[in-house]
Amino acid sequence: MENTNHEYTIGTAQHFLPQIGRVIGCGPVELAVFKTSDGQIFAVENKNPHPKGGPLAEGIVSGHYLYDPLYDWKIDLRSGEVQAPDNGKVATFPVTVDGDTVKVTLQGALIQSQI
Amino acid sequence: MRVEREKLVLIGNGMAGVGTIEQILKLGGAYDITIFGSEPHPNYNRIMLSYVLEGSKSIEDIILNDRQWYADNNITLHTGTTVVKIDEEARQVIAENGLAVPYDKVIIATGSNSFILPVPGSTKEGVVGFRDIADCDAMLAAAKQYRTAAVIGGGLLGLEAAKGLVNLGMDVTVVHLLEDLMERQLDHTASSMLQAELKRQGVKFAMGKQTAELTGDERVNGLRFSDGSELQADFVVMAVGIKPNTQLAKDSGITVNRGIVVNDYLQTSMENVYSVGECTEHRGTCYGLVAPLFEQGMVLAKHLCGAATQPYEGSVVSTKLKISGVDVFSAGEFTDTPEHTVISAKDEWKRTYKKILLKDNVIVGAVLFGDVTESANLQKLVKQGTEMTDEIYSEVMGTGCCGGGGNAKKGMSVEAMADEEIVCGCNGVTKKTIVDAVTENGFTTVDEIKACTGATRSCGGCKPVVEQILQFVLGDSFKESAKAGICGCTPLSRDEIVAEITAKGLKTTKEVMNVLEWKQPEGCSKCRPAVNYYLGMIYPDTHEDEKESRFVNERMSANIQKDGTFTVVPRMYGGVTTPEDLKRIADVSLKYDVKVVKVTGGQRLDLIGVKKEDVPKVWEELDMPSGYAYAKSLRTVKTCVGNQFCRFGTQDSMGVGAMLERKYERLDFPAKFKMAVNGCPRNCAESCTKDIGIVGNDGGWEVFIGGNGGIKPRIADAFCKVKTDEELVEVCSAVMQFYRETGNYLERTSEWVERMGLEKIQSVILNNDENRRELAARIDFALAQVSDPWKKMLKEEDTRSALFEKVQH
Ligand SMILES: Cc1cc2nc3c(=O)[nH]c(=O)nc-3n(C[C@H](O)[C@H](O)[C@H](O)COP(=O)(O)OP(=O)(O)OC[C@H]3O[C@@H](n4cnc5c(N)ncnc54)[C@H](O)[C@@H]3O)c2cc1C
Ligand code: SF4
Ligand code: FES
Repeated sequence: MENTNHEYTIGTAQHFLPQIGRVIGCGPVELAVFKTSDGQIFAVENKNPHPKGGPLAEGIVSGHYLYDPLYDWKIDLRSGEVQAPDNGKVATFPVTVDGDTVKVTLQGALIQSQI
Repeated sequence: MRVEREKLVLIGNGMAGVGTIEQILKLGGAYDITIFGSEPHPNYNRIMLSYVLEGSKSIEDIILNDRQWYADNNITLHTGTTVVKIDEEARQVIAENGLAVPYDKVIIATGSNSFILPVPGSTKEGVVGFRDIADCDAMLAAAKQYRTAAVIGGGLLGLEAAKGLVNLGMDVTVVHLLEDLMERQLDHTASSMLQAELKRQGVKFAMGKQTAELTGDERVNGLRFSDGSELQADFVVMAVGIKPNTQLAKDSGITVNRGIVVNDYLQTSMENVYSVGECTEHRGTCYGLVAPLFEQGMVLAKHLCGAATQPYEGSVVSTKLKISGVDVFSAGEFTDTPEHTVISAKDEWKRTYKKILLKDNVIVGAVLFGDVTESANLQKLVKQGTEMTDEIYSEVMGTGCCGGGGNAKKGMSVEAMADEEIVCGCNGVTKKTIVDAVTENGFTTVDEIKACTGATRSCGGCKPVVEQILQFVLGDSFKESAKAGICGCTPLSRDEIVAEITAKGLKTTKEVMNVLEWKQPEGCSKCRPAVNYYLGMIYPDTHEDEKESRFVNERMSANIQKDGTFTVVPRMYGGVTTPEDLKRIADVSLKYDVKVVKVTGGQRLDLIGVKKEDVPKVWEELDMPSGYAYAKSLRTVKTCVGNQFCRFGTQDSMGVGAMLERKYERLDFPAKFKMAVNGCPRNCAESCTKDIGIVGNDGGWEVFIGGNGGIKPRIADAFCKVKTDEELVEVCSAVMQFYRETGNYLERTSEWVERMGLEKIQSVILNNDENRRELAARIDFALAQVSDPWKKMLKEEDTRSALFEKVQH
C-alpha cells in the first residue's frame, strides 16, 4: 500500500474562530478543526469515539480539551485520548501553520484505511 | 521461559462472574482465564436493562467490558456457548458444541432464569420474561407492533417492565396475585402509595388476580383469571420470579438445593469448583440482587489469589426501584410484627413515607417512599445492626436541632464500615477504592471520584455514602471543597457566583473564571454555559453572548440529532398557522429532502434531518421566525380552541396564547420554558404540566406554575387568579423574571418552585405591588434587547460559514 503523506492546505488562521469547531473534508476523511484560546490549531477526525458515533466539531472547547456535543465525553485534542471515566480515542492529524496558512498532514496508509 | 499458570474457567459471563474476574485481575491473580457465556454479548450491566426499556440508555451504553477488555487481559472468551458439564475425572469443562477446556479451578456463575408460570398457554408466541437483552429486544419490538400488554407480577422487575412499556406507548396492566405491590420489600402503606403514583403515570392494575390461562391461538391474545374474569393483551411479560440456573451443576454431580450449595468461601461440593451469584445458595439463601454477589465475588477473588479474607457470612439486602419519578427504598425487615418498635412518618401532602423498624432497640429495617435521601444511611445502619440513639433518631427522622451532631454521627458510621464493603452496588466499588482515590490522588469532589472509580455513575443511589466518605477522609477541608459548587471546576454555588459577578462587576466568562479562581481555567461544558447565562441575565443590554460557551444547539440555533443532521422548527404563535405558511414549509421540506415532518407536543412542526450545510438555506427560504426549539427559553404556548370557536370557551385562548408567545419569545431562561392557555376549565391544552399554565374562567384567568411533563412529572400549583389580560401579563412577567433571577442554570420551574417554596414566590409577587411591577419592568427591558438569531446569522456571512459550511479539499 502506498505510504506517502498528503498535505492539505485548509485555510488561513483567521478562517477558524477561537473555540469553535469547523468541518473540513480532506479527501476521504472528514476533519473537525479547532483553534484553542492560545491560538493553536488542532485537527481530529470528525467522528465521535462513542459507540453511537456522531460528529465532534460542534463541541465545547476548554483549554486543550473538547467536550463532545452529543454525549459530553471529554477528549484531549492533543492526543485524541478520551478522558476517564470514559475511554476511546479519536484520530488526530498534525497541523502546521506556515505564516498564515494552515496545513494538515494525512498519512497515506491512514487515508487508505478510511476508505 | 514461561511459568505455567493455573487454568481458571468461568462459566457464565454475567455480573457476578466477571465481577469476580475483575477483582482477581486487580489482585494480580496468576491465572490463564477462559470465560464461557450463553449470550452472544460481552459482559453487560443487567440492572440497566430497565433503562434500556425505558429509553434512557441503549444496549451499547450498558456494556461493562467490551471485547477489547477481554483481549487486553488475555482472557479467552467464548460467547454464545453454553457449558453442559464439568468432568471432574478428566478435569475438563465441556460445552454444548463439544469444546473441552482443561481446568485447575472453575467458577460457576450461571445466574438465573425467569420463572415462567406453568399455566396453559405460557409457551405461546408473545410471552416473554424480563431477564436479558433478547427479552428486552422482544419488548421493544412488541411495543412497535402491538397496543396492549399485561405484566404478570407486581414486584421490582414487573413494575420496571410495566413503566418501560408505558413509556413505549403501550396500554399496560400489571397483574398481581396479592393486594400489595412489591410485597417482599414494602409494607402496605408504602405499597398503596406506590400504586397510586404509578396509576398517575398511566399504569393500570389488576390486583388479587391469579392467572389461570393465557388465551389465543399461535399468539397470545389475553389472560383468563381463576375467578373467571379476562383481560385482553397482545403481549405478556412474566415477571413472577427467578429460578437459579443449576442444570449444569446438577448434571455434573454437584450438590444443589434451590441453588448450588456453597460454604463461606464459595466452595461447592466438587473440589476446585466454586460458585457465585444468583445461581448460588449460601446458608440457605439465594440472592437476586447485585450487592450480595459482589460481596461474594470479593471473598472468592481473594481466596483464589491466596490473599487473607474474612469468610462470606451473608448479606443484608436493600432495594431501590429505578423507574423515573418514583422513589422507593427498603432494607432489611419491613413488615412490622408485635416484636418490633415502629418509628414512622407519613406525609400525604408531600406524598412521602418513612418507616424504621427496631427490634430490642436495634435498627433492623426501613422503608422509604417519595424521599429517599436517607436511603444510603439507613442501609448502613441496618447492615451494621446499629442501636437507635437520640442522635441517629434526629439524623434520620430529620428533626435534629444541631446539624453538627448529625454530621459527626454520619462520619462515625462511615468509619465503622469495612474496607471491602461495596459502596456502589452498580459498579462494585468498595470503600477502600474510594478512600484510596482521595488519599492517593488528592481528589476532593464526588465528580472526581466518579471519574476515577466509576462510583455513583449508574443509578446514583450511593452518592450520599460517597459524600460521607469524602467528608470522613477529608475532615474539615471537605466543607470548603465539596460545598455544592455548580461543577467540578469551582466550589462556588450559583448564588455566590451571581453575587460575585455583581459585586466585582465581572463581564465575561473568562473574567469570572479568572477572578474566582476556577480550577480548569476555561471551565467545562457545565459551567461555561451557566456562567454565560448568568452574565446575560445580569447585564441584558451589555453582555456580549459567547457563542463558544453555548451548547451546540444554541450556538447553531438548530437542534442536533444523533446522526449529526439538524432539526429546523419555525415559530407558530399559539400553535396557529396559515395555509400559505404550510405551503412554504412543504415546499422547502421537499426541496431540502427533509426526512420527517413531525407535529410536536407543543403544537408545531419539526422538520427533522436537515443536512448541516443546508440549515441556513432552509431558514432563508422559509423566511419565518425561529421557533427556539433548541433554546433554554420560551418554547411554545400551547392553546386550545377557546371562545373563538369552542362551544364551552369563555376566554380567547388562541389570541392570548399567541400574544404571550410573541411577547416572551427569544429571551434566555435558566432552562426551557413552556406555557399553555385554555379557554375554560376543561383544560384541553393541558395547562397542568406547563411551567406556566393559564386557565380561563368566566371572570378572568387562573394561573398555575411549576408543572412538568418530563422526566419528573409534576402537576402545576395554583398560583393566583386575575381578572384582566393586563394583570395576567404582569403576573406572568414577574414570575418569569423572578425565575430568571433566582433559578439555577438548567433548573426547571418544577424544581425551582419546590426549592423556593410556593408561598415564598407568592409573597414576593402577589403581596408586593411595587416588587411585581419592578420585576415586570426588568423583563421588559431584557426583552427589548433580543432579536431573531436567523435574521442575524443570515447577514453575518463569516459566522454562518464558520458554523455551517463544509469545505471539501
Ligand atoms: C431487568 C433487571 C433489573 C434488575 N435491577 C436490579 C437492581 O436495580 N438492583 C439489583 O441489585 N439487581 C437488579 N437485578 C438483578 C441483577 O441483575 C442480578 O442479580 C445479577 O445480574 C446476577 O448476576 P449473575 O452473574 O449471578 O447472573 P447473570 O448476570 O444473569 O449472569 C449469568 C450469565 O451466565 C450465562 N449462563 C448461564 N448458564 C450458562 C452455561 N451453562 N454456560 C455458559 N453461560 C451460561 C447466562 O447467559 C448469563 O449471561 C435486575 C435484573 C434484571 C433482569
Ligand atoms: S379548554 Fe374549554 S374552551 Fe378550550 S377547547 Fe377545551 S372545552 Fe373548549
Ligand atoms: S449504587 Fe448505583 S451508581 Fe452507585
